[in-house]
Amino acid sequence: MRSVSSSNYAPSAGQVARLREKARFIRLETIRLIEIAKVGHYSSVFSVAEILAALYYDVMSIRHGEPDWPDRDRFLLAKGHAAVGLFPILSEYGYISKAVLDGYTRLGNPLGDHPDMRKVPGVDFSSGSLGHALSAGFGMAMGGRMQGKDFHVFVVLGDGEMQEGQVWEAAMAAAHHKTSRLVAIVDRNGFQLDGAVDDVIGVEPLDEKWRAFGWEVHVVDGHNLYDLTTVLRKITADTSRRAPVCVIAKTVKGKGVSFMETDLGWHLGYLAPPDAERAVQEIMSREI
Amino acid sequence: MAATLSPDSWQYRQLNANTPGLNYLSDALIKLAEAGHPVVAGSADLQYSNGLARFAARFPDRFIQFGISEQNMVTAAAGLATTGMVPFVATFASFLGLLCCEQIRMDVAYCGQPVRLIGHHTGISLGFYGASHHATEDIATMRSIAGLTVVSPADGPQLAAAIAASVDHDKPIYFRIGRGREPIVYPDDTAFAFGKAIAHGCGEELAIIACGLPVHPAIEVAKKLNAEGRSIGVIDMPTIKPIDREAIIEAASRARVMMTVEEHNIVGGLGAAVAEVLCDEGMGVKLVRHGIRDEYSLIAPPTHLYAHYKLDAAGIEDTVRAIIG
Repeated sequence: MRSVSSSNYAPSAGQVARLREKARFIRLETIRLIEIAKVGHYSSVFSVAEILAALYYDVMSIRHGEPDWPDRDRFLLAKGHAAVGLFPILSEYGYISKAVLDGYTRLGNPLGDHPDMRKVPGVDFSSGSLGHALSAGFGMAMGGRMQGKDFHVFVVLGDGEMQEGQVWEAAMAAAHHKTSRLVAIVDRNGFQLDGAVDDVIGVEPLDEKWRAFGWEVHVVDGHNLYDLTTVLRKITADTSRRAPVCVIAKTVKGKGVSFMETDLGWHLGYLAPPDAERAVQEIMSREI
Repeated sequence: MAATLSPDSWQYRQLNANTPGLNYLSDALIKLAEAGHPVVAGSADLQYSNGLARFAARFPDRFIQFGISEQNMVTAAAGLATTGMVPFVATFASFLGLLCCEQIRMDVAYCGQPVRLIGHHTGISLGFYGASHHATEDIATMRSIAGLTVVSPADGPQLAAAIAASVDHDKPIYFRIGRGREPIVYPDDTAFAFGKAIAHGCGEELAIIACGLPVHPAIEVAKKLNAEGRSIGVIDMPTIKPIDREAIIEAASRARVMMTVEEHNIVGGLGAAVAEVLCDEGMGVKLVRHGIRDEYSLIAPPTHLYAHYKLDAAGIEDTVRAIIG
């Protein structure tokens, strides 16, 4: 799908291929780490694998080995239960050691189901309780502005999370205060724990809601690295904007593993060895 | 971001006519900002009630209006703090202590961010606004949150001193303050140290431990009764967490009876905090917890409520006489 027209912001074929490898790495590491805990949110990571890859390996301004660099772009995983897909990235950036990564969820290890800023270098804000992170991101954007810094703040939210009232408190405040460096990315994978989002408590029309709240809205295929990267590059390059931005990423829960894509029971689960092998094979062989 | 109502306007003057104590908050923050401290003030549609309009007029770029979204304000304050700013965010204590409990726990305290939460109009000071606006549980909720310092100043000068002292306090703080009508106990240059009680005489018959608004009447009552030859001491306990254990132990080792006075439910508040120390130390002294007796406070003008709940000087005196005979 090439819905976004080619522009100066478009990634090259080589760049897209590299990001595709990173998304593959995120999925494979997720399976490997959840094998340690024997239960985890595979499909919640798989829907944001391309988003994480585009942000961490292309769009965000961050430095290897310097998780506290004051001018870095901030990243908040509002849907904290996808943290197992974030930790391998932080390890690649040298923020956490391989030994710590491999001790995922074991007694005393800093890595659990949700990201914890007090324990994990590179985590810009703790999450776990849904609905909070956009407020925190708004505060960071205000803090950056007050100090004359021009970092961006990226917040990845779940679509079920749109049911939390605090999200809309933050949305209203961010638009009012024109925090144009705040970027919300909604992982519109369509599912939450109790079923399809539209059956639980419908959130549509999502784009119109964000627009009505005063945000600039982009709707993209959240697995199309070309589109995703182009849009995000464009957003960060635009210095004239006076509004925060919402990217609604249309995604598939469990993307990359066919039997997860069609079975919503995989919100939380465990891939026993034969299934895990099948999943790994699919991830290795399929091109997203 | 600027205030829309000038501090010189008649509306502002009317709002502040009976609440001179409110200026202490803004003035203390203005002092910090003038000294180059990275303070930010935030209010949730109550800048005239908490007096932050005064700060906003002086430092418009350091004031954030959040509107009626207290939870957003608390979490955003934590986000601000991660960038190096020191946010003071204020709203009614009933909203901070209950509505924003989870945001305070997860985003402020668990994340260890040096946010300063200002819960104003605490206790029953909002009078006929009723239970929704009365904060009689905020000490209980806030002091059960790990890592949060809980401070209940007796008056404006002590609040100002505590804010000045907070520059060296890197932990999150919950300030529980009144509505600005509190009688003044301390001089403007009063000192403040977190975790330190202030003794106003020591008593052998009775040691009263109080915080917040009841400190002033408690001192008056002790003065009056001591003039009659009784022996009553008052300890002002502005820091409820971490509580001054030594001051409690010392008072309990001298006094025959202990009494706590608080504008709060006697469940979970100052009295409970003192009781915990006495139990820990195995001190078998009798403790009378005086405050709101586990009920929803009535509707009435504030002074009528203080009389009804025996939290004014006359009520405290009655209670003390009943204890010591």
